[in-house]
Amino acid sequence: LSIRPVLSDPEKQRGRSAAVAIAALVIAAGIPLWWKTTETYRAWLPAARISELEALQLELRVEVEVVFARGTLSPEQQKKVPASRITYESCCKSKSLCLVEADHALHTLTETSCGSVVIYIIPEASALLPQDMRVYVGRSRTALLRSQVASVVGAGLPEVLAALDPQMEQVLQTMSFNHQDVTAALTDRLRPGLSTRDSLADSMRAFKSSPGYEITFSLLNPDPKHHQLHWDVEAALDAYIYPLLHKMAPVANFSVDSQILYYAVLGVNPRYDASASAYTLSADSLAHVINPVEARLGSNAASSNPVLNFLLYVPDSLHSPLIIRNDQKQEVASNAFHSPRWGGIMVYNVDGAYGNDTQFPVDIAIDMSRVMGVFLSQLRLMLGFQQTGAPPGFVLEAAGREGVAEWELDRLLWSRSVENVATASASITSLAQLLDQIANIVINDNIAQQVASAVTALQAAVAELEAGNLALALEHSREAISASERAFFDPSLLHLLYFPDDQKFAIYIPLFLPMCVPILLSLLKIFREVQQHRAEKRAKRD
Amino acid sequence: MANIIAVVCASYGLAQSVCDGEDLAERFFRSDHTNNWAVLVCTSRFWFNYRHVANTLSVYRSVKRLGIPDSHIVLMLADDMACNHRNPKPATVFSHKNMELNVYGDDVEVDYRGYEVTVENFLRVLTGRLPPSTPRSKRLLSDDHSNILIYLTGHGGNGFLKFQDSEEISNVELADAFEQMWQKRRYNELLFIIDTCQGASMYERFYSPNLMALASSQVGEDSLSHQPDLAIGVHLMDRYTFYLLEFLEDIHPASQANMNDLFKVCPKSQCVSTPGHRTDLFQRDPGSVLITDFFGSVRKVEITMETINLTVPGIPLERFGGEPHTETALAYVDQLPVAQIIHQKPKQKDWHPPDGFILGLWTLILLVFFRTYGIKHLKHIF
Repeated sequence: LSIRPVLSDPEKQRGRSAAVAIAALVIAAGIPLWWKTTETYRAWLPAARISELEALQLELRVEVEVVFARGTLSPEQQKKVPASRITYESCCKSKSLCLVEADHALHTLTETSCGSVVIYIIPEASALLPQDMRVYVGRSRTALLRSQVASVVGAGLPEVLAALDPQMEQVLQTMSFNHQDVTAALTDRLRPGLSTRDSLADSMRAFKSSPGYEITFSLLNPDPKHHQLHWDVEAALDAYIYPLLHKMAPVANFSVDSQILYYAVLGVNPRYDASASAYTLSADSLAHVINPVEARLGSNAASSNPVLNFLLYVPDSLHSPLIIRNDQKQEVASNAFHSPRWGGIMVYNVDGAYGNDTQFPVDIAIDMSRVMGVFLSQLRLMLGFQQTGAPPGFVLEAAGREGVAEWELDRLLWSRSVENVATASASITSLAQLLDQIANIVINDNIAQQVASAVTALQAAVAELEAGNLALALEHSREAISASERAFFDPSLLHLLYFPDDQKFAIYIPLFLPMCVPILLSLLKIFREVQQHRAEKRAKRD
Repeated sequence: MANIIAVVCASYGLAQSVCDGEDLAERFFRSDHTNNWAVLVCTSRFWFNYRHVANTLSVYRSVKRLGIPDSHIVLMLADDMACNHRNPKPATVFSHKNMELNVYGDDVEVDYRGYEVTVENFLRVLTGRLPPSTPRSKRLLSDDHSNILIYLTGHGGNGFLKFQDSEEISNVELADAFEQMWQKRRYNELLFIIDTCQGASMYERFYSPNLMALASSQVGEDSLSHQPDLAIGVHLMDRYTFYLLEFLEDIHPASQANMNDLFKVCPKSQCVSTPGHRTDLFQRDPGSVLITDFFGSVRKVEITMETINLTVPGIPLERFGGEPHTETALAYVDQLPVAQIIHQKPKQKDWHPPDGFILGLWTLILLVFFRTYGIKHLKHIF
């Protein structure tokens, strides 16, 4: 026998107000509190500026200074051309000067900033250039262009320049950048298949832009019993490699080390060729040489920078001399080969240094200049200085001991800046997209700061590229890329918060259902009572 | 003479370009990769999961034999079988019965071992979001021209793979991780092999380009193990990996076998489960993809044609860096700073609000107090 408690009206009223108050508290205070405490912290990201980056338009501007030598302009043209600076270059007058000295003398006249080009127009009849050559590109940022503009009719300044335009464009495409270079640098953001095979090969060969590189020079001596090798690598690095690396300091940091490996053998057996009385390595077998050696090479555990390896292999006395043959079975002059994005190997034969009846082990000093000549050219390829074929009629001065000409460096800086800008903007936009898609990732303040600084640096880099300040543009693009990489690869952005929907229900139902059911039921009861009360009132009235 | 400053502007957006020039060797362009990486993961612990460790080690062995160096392999083993107390032949992990093939060898380099093999670490390796103190050997330092092989084995189910008996990775998370790798161009092409029960469910959700996937069984099927060894007392290998290892033993670095041969490994008659594969996200035709593109490391090589003539006589080598600096004597840092340890101040612990138990206990005490002594004492509190 259960007795239902009979409540008096004030008690019922109190009960009703208590239920409504609790429900109001739960809804007004509880739900916002739950929402706030289960929210992930997301710092604010500059979404508008990031979406601007998706449709980035790059404008590259090269400053060109055109200097007309005496004799190229007819007197009427000379009057019409504004003479802002009249400089008399006496060196050009003398016919007995050779080209290199002329170039050097010209270089001392003008101070060229990074990224700019100076073109000297010399008269058609000048004997400075050989007969069939029209353009000479020197070691610094100057070019000599042989042209005759005196014959241009109606000659004001714009017409003279228009006549020179196609030739100047060719010079600039060789010295600064051309369409292929820029599309190769932008391969990240372009659809595949848009770049030519040559530029694809260049982009596969050279390392991608990275804040630093590690270069390791190794001497492999498989036969210490017979050969005692001495190589003065420190002096050679100082003399030949460090100047190049110092010039590349605005591009990246370099760390160089060297080692000697004993009893390191190549993975392939060379075949003896009686006709050349030497052991030969064919081009096919070269691909299998690197892997067994790489396991022994080691690398710096502390940094994650890409590693370039340059190996000098001195064959053992049983397999000397060892020569490399290319696909056409011809001997290779350098006796060296390289692998894209890895480094190079040179085979150095020492059998000529001793006869059959010497006392073993023989002390052999390695000719570092020959070795470094090969390594330097391989290093240039790995770092991104392309094997540019000169257009017909051009003479490109070889870089020689300095390692790299200034215009070659400028070329690299142009493509690196574009590559950095493209990579940084790709990182930022994909990071923003990722953070949008996954609502559960925590975005800390430092990530927001990195993203903001990356976006600022990117916009500054684009502005500098438009203005033509290459050095500043490169600096800003490096800042942008390092900030964007740090933001993208921040360890706190790990997305481990994927909850399938059924798991979410399974977590929340046991917590909220026991609490919500009484509240809802009491609210329903109150609602029904109010309804009933209203119905009674209406009935009473009627 | 006059000086004129001329300005040349060029605008670049997304531009078209014409493919021209075929003068580079065909060999160079058959595939786009310049280096190879491998991430091999065994996710199970305990002695009776010996076969998963043996699976991973046999793939490791093949990959090393075909040329990928240790610096390019990230090997994750969730438990140590070779030095397990229950291993009757310590320092060995066998893959064939009668102990024919010891896949442990003597130059195994395990990068993540034991409890370090977690879902978090696996995802961190893939996406590259590792703390800066991580050494090089524990990182996947691939670039946009790397081909990566990923091999997973363990216990799995429909849409998940179990790690260490305590957590799981879902196929959505894996697909998202691969998409993040693609966004950063951390791979050129990726081959994903999984040997677990219902393995095909793990590659259902992939959506990034250049992915090829193989699994040992379809959804709803179990992958079975191959043969127990009576001396060791556990099953040594799983069937799919056993026949995969047999297939790979015939491959050498110059072999021309392609992916279609790999798809035929372990048909239903041998494997009992039906292996599956997925190639719709892969751009090249599988028949033109060599096994060594993923399992081996065949380098592209070019002959160096140009050299720089540095042998100019008479010019002495100048010292570039200035005077050689004398080296200061180096000494070890105090390895065990006892003085610091003894006089250490206790660490400032953050204050936490009282735990649930304490709160409940005090609530109970207060309730009992006020029930017995009446509600009017409440005014002493408020």
